[in-house]
Amino acid sequence: MKDRSLVQVALYAAIFAVLGLLPRFDIPFAAGVPITAQSMGAMLAGVMLGAWRGALAMVLMLFVVALGAPILAGGRGGLGVFFGPSVGFLFGFIAAAFVAGWIMQVLRKAPVFPAALVAAAVGGILVMYAFGIAGMALKTQLSLLDATKACLIFIPGDAIKAVLTALIAQTVARGLPEALLSRAR
Amino acid sequence: MISLYLPERTWLHGLPAGGKLLALALLSLAAGPFDSLPVMAGLLAVTLALYVALGRAALRQVALVRPMWPIFAILLAFHAWNGDIVFGLAVLARLLAMVLLANAVTMTTRMDDMMDAVEPILSPLRLVGVSPRAVALAVAMMIRFVPLLFALWEALGESYRARAGRRGGWRLLAPFCIQTLRLSHHTAEALAARGGAPGGTRR
Repeated sequence: MKDRSLVQVALYAAIFAVLGLLPRFDIPFAAGVPITAQSMGAMLAGVMLGAWRGALAMVLMLFVVALGAPILAGGRGGLGVFFGPSVGFLFGFIAAAFVAGWIMQVLRKAPVFPAALVAAAVGGILVMYAFGIAGMALKTQLSLLDATKACLIFIPGDAIKAVLTALIAQTVARGLPEALLSRAR
Repeated sequence: MISLYLPERTWLHGLPAGGKLLALALLSLAAGPFDSLPVMAGLLAVTLALYVALGRAALRQVALVRPMWPIFAILLAFHAWNGDIVFGLAVLARLLAMVLLANAVTMTTRMDDMMDAVEPILSPLRLVGVSPRAVALAVAMMIRFVPLLFALWEALGESYRARAGRRGGWRLLAPFCIQTLRLSHHTAEALAARGGAPGGTRR
């Protein structure tokens, strides 16, 4: 792996951690919806780094969590989270970043904002919830339908995060085009 | 960065990290197929007894499961709705016990000991051209980046407040990403100047 890729993987893993530790954003039109900025970390990693590096950033992040760093939202971390009901979401982060990055690379020719929006929504919501809901059903012995219902309250927040991710990708594409590695060749 | 590690030494600190990890893995496999409430309540009781045996500081760490209460409440509500509250309680007891047991390992094992313990597992990565040393480097870099990024966020927030008189919130995210990428370029150059990552190709 190239030095630059290694550093960027570490960087996006760290951004993921910072997003979980920051005080909650006050997003004006979503008062009351439980939002942690963290799933945005997965969307960003995929959209910015592309499939493989994005997924690796999430693998690194989970590895550091397993080593004992409390970097998940709300200061959670350690081996305990891998035995909790939301473990599906943890592995979903990897898949989410991969799929988001892959879509970003496929839509290379499209304008940044719509491409990033599709990538973040499909990767960060569809794929992530598929993993999260499956994990929850498995861990809590609930039926898939019940597990889905239990997860639904988070979707509005994640939709907003997908839009934010796309806005950020567009701004970065303007300000520092070479930083959008998912489109670099 | 706050750590989950307990600074006070307990008898569990003395056990080798690899052994603790293996015990945890075996226990989680063993606890998987049981759904009876008495067995799971027993496991939870044993877990809590372990925390009592570790001392007061460890017992205080039980509060770490507090963020999980909402999801536990939802889970119990769904099982009650399906008319099987006993089963729901058993599932809940297993979840709580396993989370607390895993946390006990994290609490009593230093991060670098944990890294040393898993390094043998990482060595097959050599086959695909990834050096375990590069993994260790990535872990160290990530941990070092976190406080750096916080400082960067603070600085951006302060400039925004100076200009606009209010908090930046999500508006800081795009400049934040650009700044962090600059930072990563510098880091990559510094790394290359020092001979590059172990087993990596430069540039």
